[in-house]
Amino acid sequence: MIEVISADRCIRCDICERICPAFVFDRDETGLPVIARQDDCQTCFLCEIYCPTDALYVAEQADGPTGITEPDVLERDLFGAYARALGWNRGRAGGTRNDPTRHIRVAQV
Amino acid sequence: MASHRKERPAEEGRLIETDVLVVGGGPAAGWAALSAAEAGARVVLADKGYHGTSGATAPSNTGTWCVPPGEGRAASVEQRFKRTAGLADRRWMLRAADQAYENLQKLVEWGYPFPSEEDGSLYIANLRGPDYMRFLRQRVQKAGVTILDHHPILELLGDDDRVAGAAGLARRNGASFQVLAGAVVLATGGCAFFERILGGTGLTGDGYLFAAEAGASLSGMEFTGKYTLAPHGSSLNKGLPFRWATFYGADGEVLRNARGEPVTNGIGGGERQVAEALLAGPVYARLDLAEPAMQDWLRRGQPNCFQPYERMGINPFTDLFRVDLKYEGTVRGTGGIRIVSSDCGTGIAGLYAAGDAASREYVTGGISGGGAINASWAIASGWWAGHGAARHAHRRQGRDGSRLRPLGTTGLRGTAGPAVDLAAAARTVHDEIAPLDKSYWRTSATLEASGRVLEDLWSRLNEAPTATGIERLQAREVAAVTASARWTVAAAALRTESRGVHRRRDFPGESDAQASRIIVSGLDRVTAVRETLALETAQEG
Ligand SMILES: Cc1cc2nc3c(=O)[nH]c(=O)nc-3n(C[C@H](O)[C@H](O)[C@H](O)COP(=O)(O)OP(=O)(O)OC[C@H]3O[C@@H](n4cnc5c(N)ncnc54)[C@H](O)[C@@H]3O)c2cc1C
Ligand code: SF4
Ligand code: SF4
Repeated sequence: MIEVISADRCIRCDICERICPAFVFDRDETGLPVIARQDDCQTCFLCEIYCPTDALYVAEQADGPTGITEPDVLERDLFGAYARALGWNRGRAGGTRNDPTRHIRVAQV
Repeated sequence: MASHRKERPAEEGRLIETDVLVVGGGPAAGWAALSAAEAGARVVLADKGYHGTSGATAPSNTGTWCVPPGEGRAASVEQRFKRTAGLADRRWMLRAADQAYENLQKLVEWGYPFPSEEDGSLYIANLRGPDYMRFLRQRVQKAGVTILDHHPILELLGDDDRVAGAAGLARRNGASFQVLAGAVVLATGGCAFFERILGGTGLTGDGYLFAAEAGASLSGMEFTGKYTLAPHGSSLNKGLPFRWATFYGADGEVLRNARGEPVTNGIGGGERQVAEALLAGPVYARLDLAEPAMQDWLRRGQPNCFQPYERMGINPFTDLFRVDLKYEGTVRGTGGIRIVSSDCGTGIAGLYAAGDAASREYVTGGISGGGAINASWAIASGWWAGHGAARHAHRRQGRDGSRLRPLGTTGLRGTAGPAVDLAAAARTVHDEIAPLDKSYWRTSATLEASGRVLEDLWSRLNEAPTATGIERLQAREVAAVTASARWTVAAAALRTESRGVHRRRDFPGESDAQASRIIVSGLDRVTAVRETLALETAQEG
């Protein structure tokens, strides 16, 4: 589930609020996203890759929060982990040209 | 909650007129919108979520059924057909293969960044979800389609013999809106029955309920015994890495099959043993059969699968980790709205269905279409439905909409009975459908028991006071999932055999006499009939 929003990294662009498919976020009066409907989160990690500043962290447990905090995420270098693995950067798509999935499909059968 | 925003809040009672309304925001919706726009229609696409991230494809990574034209295509159809438990239709398989291939070529022409093979040709048989859906949204925008994000549809509008629009709400403030349309395409995806799987939250079978309220029927709802492995507690129901897994019990001992061999390949032969073992206690896995080259391809090719491991701080190739079988309902099962014409018509004038909202029996029979067929079906059926809807709307031009009435029932038109706790109701339905001993294996006893619980819940939902504002969304989702569960139970009870992903402990064998599809329909009174009988009766009378 979505658990961490880094107020330091966030540039208040409202992208996460718009693109979250489960409509999880609201914003406070300063424009900072707030996790308003955490239990609706579908743990899809998509807000992370759309965020231009890697300010969001979605923990792996889908049924409830793990309690992870921003310092833990920073220390384990997990901000932006999914974007890096895909080849997305600053909220921009990328990396499909290097996708080696064809090798997996050949070996799968 | 304070909220400050750039966009204007949706106003109450907004009315939009268009030729084609596409309900949904996944690939089937995107292709339907592009197709209808290409046919010259004005198109509105209304999505419960955000078109580009919502649905089952966006967070996933979908392999397609991608077969170039030529002799190989007929052979591919024949080979697939053998695995469809006798219920697919070669004509539909062939035309789906053709249309999907044509549209994948459109993606090439439009500049989608496909990877290259060693010989320099493009590899177009895999679509990485986040990239594909973002790209598709851009094309849909470019085609002039009006996209309404976070605008779930709650019910259809129609008169006695046709559907001509829909009504919904804006999630931001609960404001109502209506779309009057010459035709409607339901591309609302499958039903995940409130299981927490990738893309699953919005997939509550809403389109099934809308279609049934308009008088359409469903087919294949018993082929919902579909589960996929995932790291314990995660949302990641992606089976592919488990092709290289070995499975272990809680004591760390490797699980063994009846012949004493280790249980491996969780997307093939090993799945059933893992399911049996999970009934008895926790099961663990390790992807220890992947060679270093495969480990690298898996990590780079299926990066979403590795997010849970990285976040848990484990290496799945060397460490044991606990697994679940996640229930997938009709998302990877096959049931859905019954299609009765080549343009994906539902038999109700003005109403079309595409993607997981439609039954996929024509192309995948009684087995799962996950892994290839479903993605291609979403592309092909979306395309056909878009064209069909555009043609219908064109013929209907100039009809007045003054006699239209809302067709929604349960969750929208209540009585003064006791209120129902919707979160508790959602858990009730989930618990009657998702557990392994309810849907991986069925018996007449479990089906009857579930049937009683679901009938009781359905009547309580009907009697509850009418939901208002934003709460209407949850009320309708719970109604749609409950209805889907009742159709599933009815179809599963009628099929007294095991076939495809419908497994009966009390009828373990396949029965030749039952090699036909099962059609379900009805709201307060659900009926399930065999398609062969329904066709004979129709011919006689
Ligand atoms: C993890 C995973 C991996 C998969 N991998 C593969 C694969 O490799 N190959 C393959 O062939 N298939 C695969 N599938 C299946 C494939 O993703 C689906 O078949 C495909 O997404 C279906 O497309 P769709 O557009 O019909 O539905 P979806 O993509 O599920 O979209 C449904 C849409 O309907 C919207 N919606 C729902 N209700 C309403 C409403 N009331 N009003 C408005 N909008 C609504 C939702 O917001 C969503 O946008 C996979 C599925 C999952 C979950
Ligand atoms: S997308 Fe990132 S930067 Fe933009 S508002 Fe959300 S958290 Fe802040
Ligand atoms: S993980 Fe997905 S559902 Fe959860 S907040 Fe992020 S985008 Fe929304």
